[in-house]
Amino acid sequence: MAKATPTKRPEPVLEIKGLSVTLPEGADREFAIQDISFTVGSGEIVCVVGESGSGKSVTAHTVMGLIPRKDLKPVAGEAVLNGEDLLVKSEAELRKLRGERMAMIFQEPMTALNPVMKVGDQIGEMLEIHTGMSGSERDARILEVMTDVNLPEPKKLFDTYPHQLSGGQRQRIMIAMALALEPGLLIADEPTTALDVTTQAQILVLIKDIQVRHGTGVLFITHDFGVVAEIADHVVVMQHGLVVEQGPAAQILGKPSHPYTQMLISSVPSLIPPDRPEPEVKETALQVHNLDKTYGDGGFFKKGRQVKAAQGVELVIHRGETLGVVGESGSGKSTVARCIVRLIDPTGGEIMISGQNIAGLAEKALRPYRRDVQIVFQDPYRSLNPRRTVGQSIVEGPMNFGLSHSDAVDRARELMRVVGLSPDALERFPHQFSGGQRQRICIARALAMEPKVLIADEAVSALDVSVQAQVLELLDDVRKRFDLAMLFITHDLRVAAQICDRIMVMQNGIVVEHGLTAQVYANPGHSYTEALLSAAPGRHTEFAKLA
Amino acid sequence: MFSYVIKRILATIPVIVIVAAFVFLMLRLSPGDPASVIAGDYATAEDIVRIREALGLNEPILVQFTKWVGSLMQGDLGISIFTNLPVTTLIGQRIEPTLMLTLTTIIFTVLVAVPLGTLAAWKAGSWIDRGVMLFSVAGFSVPVFVLGYILIYVVAIKLQWLPVQGYRSMFEHGLWPFLRHIIMPTLTLSVIFIALIARMTRASVMEVLQEDYVRTARAKGQSEVKVLLRHALRNAAVPIVTVIGIGIALLIGGVVVTESVYNIPGLGRLVLDAVLARDYPIIQGLILFFSFIYILINLIIDLSYTLFDPRIRY
Repeated sequence: MAKATPTKRPEPVLEIKGLSVTLPEGADREFAIQDISFTVGSGEIVCVVGESGSGKSVTAHTVMGLIPRKDLKPVAGEAVLNGEDLLVKSEAELRKLRGERMAMIFQEPMTALNPVMKVGDQIGEMLEIHTGMSGSERDARILEVMTDVNLPEPKKLFDTYPHQLSGGQRQRIMIAMALALEPGLLIADEPTTALDVTTQAQILVLIKDIQVRHGTGVLFITHDFGVVAEIADHVVVMQHGLVVEQGPAAQILGKPSHPYTQMLISSVPSLIPPDRPEPEVKETALQVHNLDKTYGDGGFFKKGRQVKAAQGVELVIHRGETLGVVGESGSGKSTVARCIVRLIDPTGGEIMISGQNIAGLAEKALRPYRRDVQIVFQDPYRSLNPRRTVGQSIVEGPMNFGLSHSDAVDRARELMRVVGLSPDALERFPHQFSGGQRQRICIARALAMEPKVLIADEAVSALDVSVQAQVLELLDDVRKRFDLAMLFITHDLRVAAQICDRIMVMQNGIVVEHGLTAQVYANPGHSYTEALLSAAPGRHTEFAKLA
Repeated sequence: MFSYVIKRILATIPVIVIVAAFVFLMLRLSPGDPASVIAGDYATAEDIVRIREALGLNEPILVQFTKWVGSLMQGDLGISIFTNLPVTTLIGQRIEPTLMLTLTTIIFTVLVAVPLGTLAAWKAGSWIDRGVMLFSVAGFSVPVFVLGYILIYVVAIKLQWLPVQGYRSMFEHGLWPFLRHIIMPTLTLSVIFIALIARMTRASVMEVLQEDYVRTARAKGQSEVKVLLRHALRNAAVPIVTVIGIGIALLIGGVVVTESVYNIPGLGRLVLDAVLARDYPIIQGLILFFSFIYILINLIIDLSYTLFDPRIRY
């Protein structure tokens, strides 16, 4: 249901007209994308938004000709780039267009670059394939595009390998590569999703800047309405392979007409913490004092490099409250969590649980205390054993601590109800559940141990925004119901604002700020907290109120 | 890197010591008088005395061990009982054919197996892939000596294209006689290694082809051939090189059958002759020599990783 757009749009670079792509037989629906139409004008950023399985990536890959034609077949419609239909092109013709007229950047800059090839050569490969430039001309152009994407010291970085660069630098290399031949269309598939929030902000500015300077049309795929608010000119909303709504960014964000769009936008957690009653100080569930964790590879001949992952960390959580730990990758937030669960051994400090310091406890003495602290991990797809039924996974822990099988099963059935799933589902295997359901199962598994402390390590980060809201609600609900002390670890300031009573901000292994959530957000006391808050995409838009 | 090499070489010392102790005790701990065991059933009393003295078996065991280790340190592996020649000399005489056969086999294997495996991975599921896999299974299943005799029967006896057996040195007789004699042993020995390395290459390349950077290369408009050669193969190299290295180590020790079938005077034949003659100094010397080669090859494999993957640094 394409809408007539009130504002005049630029000449289209890409026109998708009635495009349908079928899924292989046996999939849950017939079409990956069905009868979708939209255009990308030159010098325009079009955001395609949707949750996982909406067909947004298939759309992008179909345009690039990168879909496996065996499984995914375009059966109807056109994808017209500068007046030429891409779907009727031969593989050789498509190869020529890729890189020269359209280029793509991907979600994971960690894996999208060849790890055994120097980054300069990887950019140069683009020129080698499509131009007859000499070696020195190529080198000059490579340095030029590296400068163009604001990479520091391009000459030095030319000869580095991807693993020697940061995530943001790698993504800049990807962008430099994509722009080397100044293509008219840039397809960006979740290019900032894997990046830290401050890096994300810089990359978004870079993409916007390049699109303005070179007049590139950008097809930007994202699940994040914060990012949409930041850069989109035009928005296309997809669900189950269909375009449900499209229009200018201001219109979609301000007056979404389709219920799905409205739901998506209202699910975006607000950056403003809600009014939470100041928690009454109850019994201390967990106290960490002066916790240190140093990683080092002691050399045989020389002193190895040492990384201080956590230094002098202090924290207290009382029953019934949620303490958030926020920070970017490498800040040490997960290290702290893993030390508390004793998945790794701290180098120094105290971890007090139930009156016992477990920091240096030997495995046998530690065992009785293990049940008091339980953890839910980020990726629900990998944290459940695929060969065991959900029921087996849940009852294993309590039975290790002496509960009889029938009692453990009773407890598992009860907990399945608590997390909003049917107790009959205990007989099923993890792959039969969606990501959100699996995370509910992981929460039930943790609760089955009747812990005092529940650690959620990026527990909602891998979930779609609508599911994320539900799982957050569930976590808050079980915290109240079981009077749990919750340690909530996240990189996402929006999520942290919604669920945490108190917030701890970590940077390079050190806690730089600690306070009540509302206070920290309103008056950040440390420059790093301020930087994090100002980098949050879409911070000027208050989504929930719009819907 | 340098300190790593030193470390690795130092780490081989305990391995060599354990192997040496094992080799030394092998003879002394076997039941009965070692000298009469070595001399066999038809030996005279003088023979046994001579052997006992030659091996120093009259002395206390600790003295024997010290002396033996002392001579080992000087590169002395002892004297053969039956030929009265130093073991080092015997190994020196026999090493060329074995080394050459190993070399030709490895070169031929890599030239055939890596492209075959890569092709199979690229065309996974096609008839090419199924053909390569069928060959792999067959290659594993056919015993080396069966294949050797079939080749001799067909190529040497029926067609009379190549000589039945023997070895000609490249340095004494020239390239063509050398090649004529080495082709069939090489083919015989290669089949099982081609099967092994082709399988490994296929699995490794198939995995790499799923990687994001291969998609990136395609998104650049790179041709499939270059995607395979430049992006996939080098990333797939580490496991392939590992298997090739293990292959070399196995080959050097495992040429016994092939050398027997083709009557090649190499180390494999030396092992066989020494075992049949119970010439313990030769057996001991060869075991030590082979274990040293294994360790050396393993070190070379580990160091070669750095050539293929810049993320690996020692």
